Amino acid sequence: MARTQSADLDRKKFFADPVMVTTIAVLIAFLSLFILYPLAILLVDSFVTDNGLTLDVFRRIMGMSNFRRAISNTLKVGFLVGIASALIGLLFAYVEVYVRLRTRFMEGLFRVVSMLPVVSPPFVLSLSMIMLFGKAGIVTRYLLHIYDNSVYGFWGIAIVQTLTFFPVCYMMMKGLLKNIDPSLEEAARDMGASRWKVFTSVTLPLVLPGLGNAFLVTFIESIADFANPMIIGGSYDTLATTIYLQITGAYDKEGASAMAVVLLCITLFMFILQKYWLEAKSTATLTGKASRERMLITDRSVTLPLTILCSLLAVFVIVMYICVPFGALFRTWGYDFHLTTKWFQQVFKRYKGLKAFKDSFVLSLIASPITALLSMIISYLVVKRKFRARGFIEAVSMLAMAVPGTVLGIGYIRGFSSGVFRTGFLQGLYGTGAILIIVFVVRSLPTGTRSGISALRQIDKSIEESAYDMGADSFRVFMTVTLPLIKDSFLSGLVTAFVRSITAISAIILLVTPQYLLITVQINEFAEKGAYGIACAFATILIAITYGSVLLMNLVIRYFGTSRKFEEE
Amino acid sequence: MAKEKKGVRLEHISKIYQDPKTKKDFYAVRDTTLDIEPGSFVTLLGPSGCGKTTTLRMIAGFESPDEGEIYLGGEPINALTPNRRDTAMVFQSYALLPHYNIFDNVAYGLKLRKLDKAQIREKVTGILKLVGLEGMESRMTNQLSGGQQQRVALARALVLEPGVLLFDEPLSNLDAKLRVSMRTEIRRIQQEAGITAVYVTHDQSEAMAISDKIIIMEKGVVAQMGTPQEIYYHPDSEFVADFIGEANFLRGTLVSRDGTDGVVEIGGSRVAVCDIRQQKAGDNCTLVLRPEAAVIADKGQLPCRVVLSCFMGSYQNYHVMVGDTLVKITDFNPKNKKIYSVGDEAFVAFETESVHVL
Ligand SMILES: Nc1ncnc2c1ncn2[C@@H]1O[C@H](COP(=O)(O)OP(=O)(O)OP(=O)(O)O)[C@@H](O)[C@H]1O
Ligand SMILES: [Mg+2]
Repeated sequence: MARTQSADLDRKKFFADPVMVTTIAVLIAFLSLFILYPLAILLVDSFVTDNGLTLDVFRRIMGMSNFRRAISNTLKVGFLVGIASALIGLLFAYVEVYVRLRTRFMEGLFRVVSMLPVVSPPFVLSLSMIMLFGKAGIVTRYLLHIYDNSVYGFWGIAIVQTLTFFPVCYMMMKGLLKNIDPSLEEAARDMGASRWKVFTSVTLPLVLPGLGNAFLVTFIESIADFANPMIIGGSYDTLATTIYLQITGAYDKEGASAMAVVLLCITLFMFILQKYWLEAKSTATLTGKASRERMLITDRSVTLPLTILCSLLAVFVIVMYICVPFGALFRTWGYDFHLTTKWFQQVFKRYKGLKAFKDSFVLSLIASPITALLSMIISYLVVKRKFRARGFIEAVSMLAMAVPGTVLGIGYIRGFSSGVFRTGFLQGLYGTGAILIIVFVVRSLPTGTRSGISALRQIDKSIEESAYDMGADSFRVFMTVTLPLIKDSFLSGLVTAFVRSITAISAIILLVTPQYLLITVQINEFAEKGAYGIACAFATILIAITYGSVLLMNLVIRYFGTSRKFEEE
Repeated sequence: MAKEKKGVRLEHISKIYQDPKTKKDFYAVRDTTLDIEPGSFVTLLGPSGCGKTTTLRMIAGFESPDEGEIYLGGEPINALTPNRRDTAMVFQSYALLPHYNIFDNVAYGLKLRKLDKAQIREKVTGILKLVGLEGMESRMTNQLSGGQQQRVALARALVLEPGVLLFDEPLSNLDAKLRVSMRTEIRRIQQEAGITAVYVTHDQSEAMAISDKIIIMEKGVVAQMGTPQEIYYHPDSEFVADFIGEANFLRGTLVSRDGTDGVVEIGGSRVAVCDIRQQKAGDNCTLVLRPEAAVIADKGQLPCRVVLSCFMGSYQNYHVMVGDTLVKITDFNPKNKKIYSVGDEAFVAFETESVHVL
């Protein structure tokens, strides 16, 4: 029994479709060149020296005490942040799904909390942390009269990252909790179990894999985070910042490459664990949709403490964010609280703010449609087509999710500064806006692809087959059927890519040349210098831009979106 | 429709799949040779998993055969992609394009063929009239009932004037009543358009009502192909006999043969039969007796004992034991007939032409 003839025929049919063949070829080239190659070159850099294949570089960096410390620092922070975020996320999700929220206000709080980290640059919380609790912090200095409080270091990073990442866990856990069949818990209640007992014996075991999943996702985010440790870490260096300093400060390219390899290995390991073990497990236990409405908990002894706890946390997070625009409006934070517009003026007059916004805006604006389209094409190919390289395309675009920005940045420096494989080929790319756009695309591709894949999985495959059958080639099918059907996912992918690009920093900071001023890089620079007024002014405008685009997207989806029309009839 | 009708020919077609669990290859369709005449309505019928959909999808081009060649109107089409094949498929789930209205759904294929606007309008209007949907051009697909969606799917396929129309259980999402009226409708439209049609179903009455020829499939191979009458009255195997309609199987031995006539002995009773095929005197054979082809009477070929007697309105339903074999008999219009009750001893009576020898 041989399946050769069908394989031959499938190949013939495949090559009868030149648009698709070209697309796939371009895609493979793009993914190989801009995701695989930079990582490969890091391996080459760190293993191959003048003496051939050796472990010299690794021996050298492992000899550096600051590197060893960075590893343990990173893992410690990641561990704590992962656990804290997962638990707080669970708390919020539980309250939302199980507890009757009395008021509109509470619902609003929850919505804002889930929304904020989407629209804000990743490091604003570090700024506000310093402004609230630092040496000149309002809370520490003016309310508590502590004059030498230091927020820099382990606790600073841990708190800021937890507050930044827990909303993601909250959304993940919410999805899981909603899928628990209420009758499971009611059965346990019926048999006389207390609420706490039900939670620990029924609910918790059901969501435990999901909790582990949330932990790992956050863990990866935490150890890949660059900006927060940079701003609030002080002398407490993590892997991401150490690598950055190794290449920008010590100009040790091989060392930085080897360190990047170490960081990559850690995230990759966690990612594989998460992807292949926990992700499947976390939903496997909860396949059934809830059969009916859940009886919400109204018992005051439960609702009151939970509600208060959540409100406090939510309010705290919101205050942290609000702190940023105010930071831009006071004359000297911590000393002179007269309102002023001088920081905003300075942004534009002295620090070429307009150019910074224009550069960031334009580059992100170019990157986002490319990302959105690319991720839709990848999802289409992965979900709907059968061909040899499909596995490769899917794997590499998912792999990008596990690559920390810093690692990618180093890879690009090593891979492109003197051309591909140091041959000078494509050297012209280095230092241009094009490579920044490519980085933006690569960094947002996995999120877009993931959402595209899940959107496409919902579409009956015979709809596309019917178009194909009526005479459309793959390109036509994609443009006239697939894309219109996943318009919502495409639009939100567009905005997500834009927001992610304009708020990105970790890879970009390594690759940006003076020719381009990017907002995030500016914020980072001023924050490091302690010029919080300017940093806050930049950040405020940035948040306004991102929030504005999210609003715009919701508006566009409301009026032009597809899903609403389908559901309503 | 002026276009020439095309026949479909499958020559030694096989399709091999890999079982996702055991990772073993197996034949979903095996060495199938079929000749579908131009303009005829042919139904693929068989139990779930027997390879009907796979066969249809190979004709449409979605799957590639592992052995053999498919011809459409004399041309080999193995290497053609679905969009280049002169086939049009009506899907079980209708697969209408949800973001288009009825008109655009039907016009989709025509636009791809670069017809001009006036021509498209004319054709679409014509075809919508044929399927009884005139005036609904601007409705969205989700504003239609299941039956109407089915008509759109049919119109969309018909308007392309394909060489062959393919249907994969197009009626299985409709309620029983609508199924009956739609199948008549499909048959009428196919006749009017004069298009070759290959139709997949696992509903035998649908297959009987609609087809010129029925192809019974079993585990990937063709068990029998023939007109509904041939299949029903002269099944080639117990599988076919059992699958189409109800059948009683009576085991016996051929005691004598004279031309195609002969005598079969069943549990001591002798039964005259006709249309014997390959068996010789002394061979074991099986008689197929349809429940409605026999009655219970005081005289007949086979003695029996009644074990169930049940009034069903239009018929009396009997289960009787002939030796160790349970035989079902439906006696239609029982009003003025003698009704036997449980425990009665009687005979199963039938005409010689009503039994079929396997
Ligand atoms: N893509 C596939 N990969 C592996 N096995 C498949 C695939 N498609 C179908 N099969 C198997 O091939 C066999 C025939 O499937 P097919 O869909 O043709 O059956 P069918 O006769 O249409 O059944 P039904 O009446 O249930 O629709 C089945 O055993 C099925 O599980
Ligand atoms: Mg089928």
